[in-house]
Amino acid sequence: MIAADVAWMLLSTALVLLMTPALGFFYGGLVRTKNALNTLMMSVCALGFVGVAWALLGYSLAFAPGLPVVGGLGHALLAGVALEPQGSIPHLLFMAYQGTFAIITAALASGAVVERMRFPAYLAFLVLWSLFVYAPVAHWVWGNGWLAGLGALDFAGGTVVHVNAAAAAVVAALMVGPRKDYARQAILPHNVAFTLLGAGLLWFGWFGFNAGSALAANGSAALAFVNTLLAPCATLVAWTLLDLWRAGKATAVGAATAIVVGLVAITPAAGYVGPLAALALGAFAALPSYFALLWRARTRLDDSLDVAAAHGVGGITGALLTGVLASQAWSGGADGLLFGNPRQLGVQAVAVLAVMAFSALATAGILKLIALFTPVRVSVREEGLGLDLTQHGEEAYARDEGAILVLPREAAADALPAAAAPQLAGGRA
Amino acid sequence: MKLVVAVIRPEKLSEVLEALFRAAVTGLTISRVQGHGGETEQVETYRGTTVKMELSEKVRLEIGVSNHFVEPTVQAILRAARTGDVGDGKVFVLPVDKVYRIRTGEADEAAVTPVAAEAPAAG
Repeated sequence: MIAADVAWMLLSTALVLLMTPALGFFYGGLVRTKNALNTLMMSVCALGFVGVAWALLGYSLAFAPGLPVVGGLGHALLAGVALEPQGSIPHLLFMAYQGTFAIITAALASGAVVERMRFPAYLAFLVLWSLFVYAPVAHWVWGNGWLAGLGALDFAGGTVVHVNAAAAAVVAALMVGPRKDYARQAILPHNVAFTLLGAGLLWFGWFGFNAGSALAANGSAALAFVNTLLAPCATLVAWTLLDLWRAGKATAVGAATAIVVGLVAITPAAGYVGPLAALALGAFAALPSYFALLWRARTRLDDSLDVAAAHGVGGITGALLTGVLASQAWSGGADGLLFGNPRQLGVQAVAVLAVMAFSALATAGILKLIALFTPVRVSVREEGLGLDLTQHGEEAYARDEGAILVLPREAAADALPAAAAPQLAGGRA
Repeated sequence: MKLVVAVIRPEKLSEVLEALFRAAVTGLTISRVQGHGGETEQVETYRGTTVKMELSEKVRLEIGVSNHFVEPTVQAILRAARTGDVGDGKVFVLPVDKVYRIRTGEADEAAVTPVAAEAPAAG
């Protein structure tokens, strides 16, 4: 074991964990006031539910030796996961680091179903999806599964995390259905400042996500770190110029989106391309996502927070450009199309298509299964009142006017509402 | 002339505005208010502190209309704001002594009759 590597991976694990509450703020700012807490809770509860599922079973399905399509049960309940070295860090730390990826990936998909999904059904979805979609796909690429065998390049999870989550998001948006107000009323972000705060914290955490994926404190980590800085810079510039060109105004929601798109796009390439290639990749990645966003908003697909346009289109762009721009001089591994290896681009495309197809089908199956046991969607009335009140019994911006403290002994009296009501009404008349 | 005052559910505001505009009612004022109309209190819990929210968020609309507009205005609100549950709100129709339009000084019926929007001055 190498002390510097252990230190960096301890820090990286914490950085990636921060991305999930950051995502909550990114998403939470984009919804209406009455659904702010519910949207944040979709990310926050992923920390708990996916984290537990990962430790008990998910890690084993992803990383224990098994079949090419899924890992075995050798590490279930963390059997055999202790302080022995895995590479140059303790196996247990590797498990925790990968767990933070499982958590954020499951939370990413929530952006497609905000403002209408019943919370208990969402919690079931989180657990089942992380075990039976995320873990196998992680195994394919990082657990010596079949895509690893094929030679697919995915440095930090452009395909495993972002394309995977986006395919699930589209299917979930279709199956849960559009919000009742979608395309009928204006639905505006209630706090764009939250969204910018979330984007900033995501960027900060993403240094752990990408540079940590080197699994060591070495040159590869430094390359991924710098590319994680440069690519979103270029995306932000390109996006802002697109905004100025199209509408004459640089928008804040656009800037927050650009940061995420740039981060998503550089994720698969982070340790494989040079810094100038990262700038080019970041700038180019703005285009498909920018126009996918504009197109999506005119369709009936209520992928409410544009998981598909940001993470799907951004992830596919990044994965394919990795096949173009990868350079042996930087990666120490495979070359891409530009460096005389056109086969790599084909491998990248196969990986993207395989992940999309599996994720879409398995997500549909999981949602169908949950629907057999419990309604997936809130009622129209609950949707109108907002999910904060109806799912959580809280408000993000509660005022104390009219709030009457329920003392424990009064809770019993509430069982007889007829007795209490006239008295209350009299006081108000 | 009458003043129509309606108190409605905030989540119904968009539908009510749509219905009013369809009924050619164009001049109105809204405010966000809180009130209680006998609906079940919402119970919220914060760290073991349970509270009953006795006041619910409502939106109040105030619409000054000429007499023949009263019925279409009221009907539009009744149709669009109704869910059938307690707490849908109220519509009040009040007599009005005088109305003035500030821009022109016009009074009464003339002041509540919408004029065709003039083209905004250049610049």
